[in-house]
Amino acid sequence: MAQFDLNDDSVAVIIGSGAGGGTMAHELTRRGIKVVLLEAGGRLTPADFSQDPGAAFGQLTWLDPRTQSGTWDAAKTSPNMPAWHCKTLGGTTVHWTAATPRLQRYEMEARSTYGDVPGTSLVDWPIDHSELKRWYVLAEKRMGVTRRHGMPGMPACNNFKVMYAGARKIGYKRVHTNYLAINTKARDGRGGCIQQGFCSQGCKTAAKWSTLYTEIPRAEATGHLDLRTRSFATRIEHDVAGRANAVIYRDSQGNEQRQKARLVCVAGNAIETARLLLLSDSARFPKGLANGSDQVGRNYCHHLTSFIWGVFDQPVYAWRGATLAGVVEDENIHNPTRGFVGGYHLELVALDLPTLPLVGMPYGWGRGFTDLIDNYRNLAGMLINGEDMPQANNRITLSSTGKDANGLPVAHIHCDDHPNDIALRNHARQQGTKMYEAIGARQVVTSPGSVATHQMGTARMSKDPSQGVTNPYGRSHEVPNLFMSDGSVLSTPGAANPTLTIVSLALRQAEHITKEMAAGRV
Amino acid sequence: MSVEHVVSFDRRSFMKVATGVITGVIAATSPLAALVPSRAWAVDLGALTDAQGAALLAMIRTIAPHDALDSAAYALVVAALDKDAAASAAVKSDLLTGITTLGVGFAQSPESARIAQLKAIESSAFFQGVRVKTLLVLYNNPIAFAHFGYEGEAFSKGGYLFRGFNDLKWLPEVPLADSGPMPV
Repeated sequence: MAQFDLNDDSVAVIIGSGAGGGTMAHELTRRGIKVVLLEAGGRLTPADFSQDPGAAFGQLTWLDPRTQSGTWDAAKTSPNMPAWHCKTLGGTTVHWTAATPRLQRYEMEARSTYGDVPGTSLVDWPIDHSELKRWYVLAEKRMGVTRRHGMPGMPACNNFKVMYAGARKIGYKRVHTNYLAINTKARDGRGGCIQQGFCSQGCKTAAKWSTLYTEIPRAEATGHLDLRTRSFATRIEHDVAGRANAVIYRDSQGNEQRQKARLVCVAGNAIETARLLLLSDSARFPKGLANGSDQVGRNYCHHLTSFIWGVFDQPVYAWRGATLAGVVEDENIHNPTRGFVGGYHLELVALDLPTLPLVGMPYGWGRGFTDLIDNYRNLAGMLINGEDMPQANNRITLSSTGKDANGLPVAHIHCDDHPNDIALRNHARQQGTKMYEAIGARQVVTSPGSVATHQMGTARMSKDPSQGVTNPYGRSHEVPNLFMSDGSVLSTPGAANPTLTIVSLALRQAEHITKEMAAGRV
Repeated sequence: MSVEHVVSFDRRSFMKVATGVITGVIAATSPLAALVPSRAWAVDLGALTDAQGAALLAMIRTIAPHDALDSAAYALVVAALDKDAAASAAVKSDLLTGITTLGVGFAQSPESARIAQLKAIESSAFFQGVRVKTLLVLYNNPIAFAHFGYEGEAFSKGGYLFRGFNDLKWLPEVPLADSGPMPV
């Protein structure tokens, strides 16, 4: 592995090693560009992944404190940890469940399609759908996605047989075992899925795509990557011309370091990306780096979620098999006669026994609470993934009360449900309930929205610089050598799980950076 | 809190003296008999007395009532709370104060009375702390796994691919076009 000097100002510094940062590290290094990759977490291998759900959670999760407010469910259901992502090499691609749907054209033209929805800050994406589609194809081929480009679909697990029967019974047509970045046959040096059902604990067979064992080792093999784990970025500095020129971080020993940089890519997951920009204020950027528009941290989206559990008379054993291997796509449309704009997916889901009562059920205790758990063998499950409305005041700010281990203010997350959010989630709950009841469920239980696992929008791409933070390449409108390379750049969330879009945009951004460097413009 | 905290009742004399203890006997026919070292089991407490342990056990059973779930699983939650209390004087003080709010005779009172008492203190940090600890511990141990039929991790056994991930027969099979083939 390469080691670059702290004073080497010819390196690209990438902050974060997940879907965006890990992919970016590979894409730049394979083109011969020197990269310093800073990752706040440590390096694990699949052999290290704990198979105890509680221990696995502790091993992978970003546990630094956060504060929160607002009317969204997570403020009540998960007040101490409103968002759930990873702090480990490979980032959230270590615990993700690998669903890789594409955004639809209407979702990328949200403002034009939905019109003026009061209270929202909807915009259209500054990229055309056909342009993004090109990159989706490249990303899918890179990651290995089921039902695309010759990769067989997942075989139907028990839980999906229930979803399929219920969905068909009420007339849904687009129902299948989902697009998943999980090998169903040996490919790219990794084996096929053995249906463990422990996707969220880290895939011990590495059948599931993660930058941990694909992009990052390949970047290392180029000889152009200087990987620094347990290195926590605390500030991005700039020169008198307003160009980013160094990243301050705490190294694995807790010492402060300053790495000079030719350019900086921030991929800290949308909450931490916004926090880092806000922490990097200066006389020139008094509201935070790249925040002249005051849009950094705003328009935070997280997808509308709710678990739906059907209780049946016969066993399902839903925990057996890949966690998200099923989807109903019929409601991923724009049809305002349903009473809301935007759409949603119904995705298959199962939770291991320890996790079910922690995140999958409505608050409660006593016999009403334990009935569902008593029927654990006979539960079928699905999870709503719906488009939420961007709102200017749904935002990440610096907490006035919480501090991290370095004494820096932690992220504060404020999020209010929009009336459209509530209408969409209620519709999805009703449809999911109908599905299970149509095939004889004796009870259906829906949960409140749980901890946010998709973080988006906090440095969004916008055609008009006053409406966002970055241009169509995720490049700061104000700081020409500063790039955002994660879910923060998504202009609107759509209903698609964001990882495929993040990887696609990173591939596109890497090509842009390479051309701009060659032309001397960055 | 692991199942190793449930020890054989007979072995207790060899262990250091604890403040309190919870004991029980597992039915000879129970599948749990294989999971614990002896049918007569004990969980030693380092910070709580017998009576305090019994009150907490009754509280946890009221929060998460599973009639057929052996008390050994509930005792693991008590042991986890006891461990936290033994490690911090402040935590212990809060826990003991909380237990007094349950009132005298709580452990012996009928379920309806226990529910009424817990509803009265539902918003307290004590109740919520015990509730969350219950969720964290009660369902994450081999006794609970065996009771609820959860099979846990499968990597060590080659996954569920050939061990029942698609063995549901009470609904139609899914057409291949909407799913995929079994790997060859």
